[in-house]
Amino acid sequence: MQRRAIFNNRLLPYLLLAPQVAITIIFFFWPASQALYQSVLRQDPFGLRTTFVYLENFQTVLSDPLYIEAVQVTVVFSISVTVFVMVVALLFAVMTDRQIRGAQTYKTLLLWPYALAPAVAAVLWMFIFHPSIGILGKGLNSAGFKWDYQLNGIHALLLIVIASSWKQIAHNFLFFLAGLQSVPTAVVEAAMIDGASAWRLFRSVLFPLISPTTFYLLTVNLVFSFFDTFGVIHALTHGGPGRSTTTLMYKAYMDGYVSLNLGQSAAQSVILMLIVSAIVWLQFRYMEGKVHYA
Amino acid sequence: MKRSILFIFVLLAVLIAACAPAPTAVPPTQAPAVEPTKAPAATTAPAQPTAVPATKAPEATKPPAPTATPVPVIPPGRVVVEFWHGLTMPLGGILEGVAADFNKSQNKYYVNAFYKGSYPDTMNAAIAAFRAGKAPHIVQMFEVGTATMMAAKGAIKPVYELAKETGLNIDPKMYIPAVAGYYSLDGNMISMPLNSSTTIMYWNKDAFKKAGLDPEKPPKTWAELRAMAKRIVDSKASNCGFTTSWLTWAQFENFGAIHNIPLATKMNGMQGMDAELKINSDVHVRHMQTLVDMQKEGSFKYGGRDNAPDALFPSGECAIFHGSSGTRARIINEAKFAWGAAMLPYYDDVPTAPKNSIIGGASLWVMTAPNRTVDEYKAVGEFFRYISQPEQDAKWHQATGYLPITIGGFERTKASGFYDKNPGADVPYLQLTRTQPTENSMGLRLGDMPAIRIVIYEEMEKAFQGQQTVKQALDNAVKRGNELLRAFEKTYK
Repeated sequence: MQRRAIFNNRLLPYLLLAPQVAITIIFFFWPASQALYQSVLRQDPFGLRTTFVYLENFQTVLSDPLYIEAVQVTVVFSISVTVFVMVVALLFAVMTDRQIRGAQTYKTLLLWPYALAPAVAAVLWMFIFHPSIGILGKGLNSAGFKWDYQLNGIHALLLIVIASSWKQIAHNFLFFLAGLQSVPTAVVEAAMIDGASAWRLFRSVLFPLISPTTFYLLTVNLVFSFFDTFGVIHALTHGGPGRSTTTLMYKAYMDGYVSLNLGQSAAQSVILMLIVSAIVWLQFRYMEGKVHYA
Repeated sequence: MKRSILFIFVLLAVLIAACAPAPTAVPPTQAPAVEPTKAPAATTAPAQPTAVPATKAPEATKPPAPTATPVPVIPPGRVVVEFWHGLTMPLGGILEGVAADFNKSQNKYYVNAFYKGSYPDTMNAAIAAFRAGKAPHIVQMFEVGTATMMAAKGAIKPVYELAKETGLNIDPKMYIPAVAGYYSLDGNMISMPLNSSTTIMYWNKDAFKKAGLDPEKPPKTWAELRAMAKRIVDSKASNCGFTTSWLTWAQFENFGAIHNIPLATKMNGMQGMDAELKINSDVHVRHMQTLVDMQKEGSFKYGGRDNAPDALFPSGECAIFHGSSGTRARIINEAKFAWGAAMLPYYDDVPTAPKNSIIGGASLWVMTAPNRTVDEYKAVGEFFRYISQPEQDAKWHQATGYLPITIGGFERTKASGFYDKNPGADVPYLQLTRTQPTENSMGLRLGDMPAIRIVIYEEMEKAFQGQQTVKQALDNAVKRGNELLRAFEKTYK
């Protein structure tokens, strides 16, 4: 496989690469190295007293039962969001992919949530589910169901899963739809001539053919639920009640930004970095082989 | 080939995400909670609804009440003072108005006041700026950050030192003792008090009437409060009898001060960093048990952390409410019923009660930078002298609803007839000056206090959910809180 581009000028390729490399260094490697450096220090917020403590911060973090609790919350939360988002988005995509009246309108409407900032989305959900001032929250309570996400950890977790997923569904929907539309009509027609039912068609033809999309979305959604759900959690629950919605990301924020415990927060960031790198590596190592790239 | 490139891309995405919270790196870009019913993040500032204009006293003393940021056209030849604050509108506008008035009052100095985000945001911004050698001259810091700031010797210039160097004359005795004490070390003022509030009680007179209670008689003791709240709920005068904002500030910090019991050893941390929490005492357990019992019988509602429960009073949902004295403006604006303000209740069988309550809010800190000149410090000193004048204090108090922090400011306001026109507006001051501060009611100075407050919320939320007993909750809070205190202490050793 010879894929070499030919450049007449020796400098040009490097010049073309330079912006990307610069961005990568400034915004990826520099902060990451700072986090690594900070994670082996004990330092006051103003940087007036600094002690090199080797791996003490990691030891403290990993032996902290609250950290383990945050790991559990994160696992439950991320899996719930990923599964929920992908199932619903796929369902929507399959539904709108058919020839139905107003399909274009549905598609447009389904994309709208993606345009909202997470914090704004969270406030909207608060207005719906707040136990005293929310329309649905109030309704649930007057119907006899004791809904209170400010006190019930399961309710809170459910709420942030829904609020986080809502936005992401639009994004996934778009990718699934594009995936479905790129499936050659000939294949679908062949299956139909063979008498495949709608389910069989989806199960044996469409789903395998969009597996690259599914695989990509799986990774993206996991990373999303790890990192991009901060706004929703911060606006809705502040990690509570108790610690029931304190994810790893939120804990790192609290320890670093509120408690100003830079060393431990940096250690948590580094661990987070390792966890997600591991997830991505595992996915590529074991799952990509099963994915059919069209 | 294709695979590994894709892998590297994903890894990069992960890297940037993972690094976002890295402390020295770019602060998280996510906006703080923009719930319209809340002041941003964890502040103890009076809860201000976003749309409330500066209420009160339109005619009293004609406060400046500018609504927009003054255009920062700095007249040439002036010494400029950068002043970062964390007050949202309309309070932030009033504060910027104070700076504008100062700039007009003389022609040597110029104070450039601007909003840097919520208190935690302002704090992080100031820290980052200091590390880059570009700290602002003045930064406003919430009261729970006091221990962190005081420990940052070298980053801050104590006000008493500034006074000595610039010939500034600020007498700590002109301030309410509970205000000056909060921000002083060994009798020396370290930061400049500014916006202070305290927690008080509000009650819904209409709901009291409906429940057959005397609408002019708010509960004086916790026994009365519980009985009244129960009666209100039982008679369906309102859905909820009692709620409290700032569970930790109101029901632990102020509760302890009023009952003269310690929040922590070492004079609530004022005498040293080796303080330990004492919030699992019998009186604390008893008080939280009262709330849990009231919750069970339906007369108390836990409405969330910080000032989230604020919304429950003006909406008529809860008939009795404990919250910041600064909630007043919002209640005036939103409540469609008759209401009153009173001092916080106490347990009358606790022999040491009642004492004065303590403050919340923020103070002004002078920060150092490598290139600071004497003139700049003089400018800061001159601004401090300006705002500490009783007439400025009175104006500030009447325009914002914060406490008058000087005795002169209160006297002036009283003489102007402000309290006759605004009944109950003097309750916070009277409660704060009810007695001379004891060692338990002077204030508190605990490292990592913002996190300790969160610990208390978390443990109490589990108790309210019935996952643990009150005693377990408070024991856990003490244990976890002490761990935070030890970690803080270790940093400064």
